[in-house]
Amino acid sequence: MRFLAIILLVLASALPARAEIDVQTVTSPGGIKAWLVEEHSIPFIALEIRFKGGTSLDLTGKRGATYMMSGLLEEGAGDLDAAAYLKAREELAASFSFDAHGDAVSVSAQFLTENRAQAEELLRKALQQPRFDQAALDRVRAQVVSIIAGNQKDPNQIASDTFDKLAYGDHPYGTPSTGDVDSVNRLNREDMITAYRNALARDRVYVAAVGDISAEQLGVMLDNLLGALPETGAPMPERAKLLLTGGLTVVDLPTPQSVAVFGHAGIRRTDPDFFTAYVMNQVLGANGFTSRLANEVREKRGLTYGVYTYLASYDLADLYLGSVASANDRIAEAIAVIRDEWRKMAEDGITAEELEAAKRYLTGAYPLRFDGNARIAGILANMQLDDLPASYLKTRNDKVNAVTLEDVRRVAKRLMRPEDLRVVVVGQPVGLVSSDKVESE
Amino acid sequence: MYLRQVGLGVVALLTLAVAAAAENITSFSLDNGMDVVVIEDHRAPVVTHMVWYRIGAADEQPGKSGIAHLLEHLMFKGTENFGPGEFSRVVAANGGSENAFTSYDYTGYFQRVAADRLALMMEMESDRMRGLILSDNDVTTERDVVLEERNSRTENNPGALFSEQRMASLYLNHHYGIPIIGWKHEIKQLNRRDALEFYRKYYAPNNAVLVVAGDVDPVEVRQLAERYYGQLQPTPDLMPRHRPSEPPQISPRRLSYVDSRVSQPYIIRTYLAEERNPGDQKQAAALTILAELLGGSGISSVLGQELQLKQKIALHVSAYYDGLSLDKSGFALVVVPKEGITLQAGEDAMDAVLAEFLENGVDEDHLARLKMQVRADEIYARDNIQGIARRYGEALTSGLTIADVQAWPEILQSVTSEDVMAAARQVFDRRRSVTGWLMRSDDDEGGE
Repeated sequence: MRFLAIILLVLASALPARAEIDVQTVTSPGGIKAWLVEEHSIPFIALEIRFKGGTSLDLTGKRGATYMMSGLLEEGAGDLDAAAYLKAREELAASFSFDAHGDAVSVSAQFLTENRAQAEELLRKALQQPRFDQAALDRVRAQVVSIIAGNQKDPNQIASDTFDKLAYGDHPYGTPSTGDVDSVNRLNREDMITAYRNALARDRVYVAAVGDISAEQLGVMLDNLLGALPETGAPMPERAKLLLTGGLTVVDLPTPQSVAVFGHAGIRRTDPDFFTAYVMNQVLGANGFTSRLANEVREKRGLTYGVYTYLASYDLADLYLGSVASANDRIAEAIAVIRDEWRKMAEDGITAEELEAAKRYLTGAYPLRFDGNARIAGILANMQLDDLPASYLKTRNDKVNAVTLEDVRRVAKRLMRPEDLRVVVVGQPVGLVSSDKVESE
Repeated sequence: MYLRQVGLGVVALLTLAVAAAAENITSFSLDNGMDVVVIEDHRAPVVTHMVWYRIGAADEQPGKSGIAHLLEHLMFKGTENFGPGEFSRVVAANGGSENAFTSYDYTGYFQRVAADRLALMMEMESDRMRGLILSDNDVTTERDVVLEERNSRTENNPGALFSEQRMASLYLNHHYGIPIIGWKHEIKQLNRRDALEFYRKYYAPNNAVLVVAGDVDPVEVRQLAERYYGQLQPTPDLMPRHRPSEPPQISPRRLSYVDSRVSQPYIIRTYLAEERNPGDQKQAAALTILAELLGGSGISSVLGQELQLKQKIALHVSAYYDGLSLDKSGFALVVVPKEGITLQAGEDAMDAVLAEFLENGVDEDHLARLKMQVRADEIYARDNIQGIARRYGEALTSGLTIADVQAWPEILQSVTSEDVMAAARQVFDRRRSVTGWLMRSDDDEGGE
């Protein structure tokens, strides 16, 4: 057992590094806040902007509006139509991307120090003066419709869409952010302008910048980019009521491998037991080769290429979710093994060795996330979206280390509910039949 | 907004050029023939440790497709010193991440850990270079995992099945026509002996490249490399890699793949194209720029301007070429027609754009924008040390040298519009092309 000796040696010589990230909190002359990490060794800036709310702000009957609106922000702004805007961005070799999901509209930008002013001006136009030209709208609409059609034939997407519908019903979380073909075909220019005004406002914006820029320069940039946006947007959407019940849903799709999504109620990000649940999940099914599920389903039995679980703790609802894919004649066995592990975790919790290994991994891996301006900026923006303070960077590992075996046993009993587990299987699984009549599209 | 990739089996490289400043790179060879590249980046106390073998799917024996990839999975099964699963447990216990990958020309293993754990990674990686132990049960269970991987990636994905058929048509004789993961019926027959034979011959220091990137000192890396890798025995008489080459291709090939799971029909044409060669990358550079001009950036590219903006008949267009390949590569053009436009109409329109481009030549402003992007990418690339490490590993296992990698951005900068047009005239020879249609049903012309 040379393995143990080495571990001890390494732990004695070097404890996991802490994230040495020096975050400055910047407030612009106009009162807009941002987090900044100055890093002048590479002459570029990574900027991440989040507008809380996202596609869940879609108005009734306008599903898909926020998603399409965010795709149109780069399709023409100010005096530039879509092609001219793209060319202008290419001339600067800047990269901007706009995205929308259930909790936020995200803007990711990277631009060079040497042409920062021009890149900033171009980004300002996209954020403040999007054109929503009819030609661009029609072109992007056709792309969105094609994406929706693709999703409707993709087993992974069908499985998660079916699960979401069962979990959230009519709440925006219950349907895809893209909208469906009918709703998207009905969206017009007015809808884009409404979605834009509802989603992009100063009362919900979070910013992180990492790179070759000073606090003062960033302050000026913040006012320039965001100062002219409206003070407030649409009211934040309500929390989702969880409608999920235990059982099995089979969606017939002629394809050789079945895809399953499974889960039940989860835990809030702000819950005092969140970290305990996080450590427990690391043992059960977090991605990697070492979890219980990876060991039982993949390593021992060869039933899948990938099985994992995660705490899906969103702004408006919380689930504990997992996924697995196996050939149609083997998926029943894979699900049986997973159910078994679910029960074991609820009854027995984890061992001292498992707790130790999970802590070592989580605390050791955390500082390694912070490499690269773009990566750091993304993490800092998402932390703000989760309402975490900058000091969290220093306390996070302590929270992981504070979790005890008894905590995990208690939280496993509370969180893991084998009888509430809902499993959605897409494919032609052998020996699996829906447990109840459920509407699925 | 871009339509996401339509399962073309390739990931478009938005980054044209990746090279770290030469002063951050150190390279040397060990006495047993192992090449070492060290890339310094001291911004964070992290190291990426990679071992690349100059062996890939295109080196497999006939009938044994998939063995390179299956062996990659089996490399986690343990040695005398580190039992089954211990490798991954040790990496995880140190907060590290790890993975492995197999391509046509190489197989690679990497771990990303705190910089002070480098010696431990080297100890384990060097140990499994020569000391792998496999049981029959390891092989049959992992073979099932690989079959499920093939199910996930390929059997459940009509675009991937289409891609396999297209590659099989493009390469009449070269092993690039066989999928990296292997044909399903051949994967099912692979056994422990196949894996060990392949392993013992090709997993050797004289067939490997070590790439260490991050917060490290090259002098220390050298000492560690000598301690851990330097003692390993090379494989004697390892022959240079000569794969079956393509005969002259004299006939354009067409195929269609019909699958009811297809949601979006499209056309893709691939031409056989020259790859980057050591000391001779000019043609590949011109082809790289040509692909960017034709379809690298949606509506600002030649195909996009005409088919998406002017004629409004395409949802998405792209052009793709990756010169990083040991043998002949492919240059691909993609058109995804809008609803109401047939695949034939889309293909005809694509050919008309090509003909017009060959007539009119390169828009100099467009070329200037691309050169700006090439220059900027060298700056942005420095933010991703793992990406740089990967590029060196790929290049050194694809027949190139460190000097070739470092010369590449300048060669791209030196490409003229004449070079681009000469490359275009040479590559767009229909006799060396495969045109594929992905369809929903036999009578699906894409225009319903």
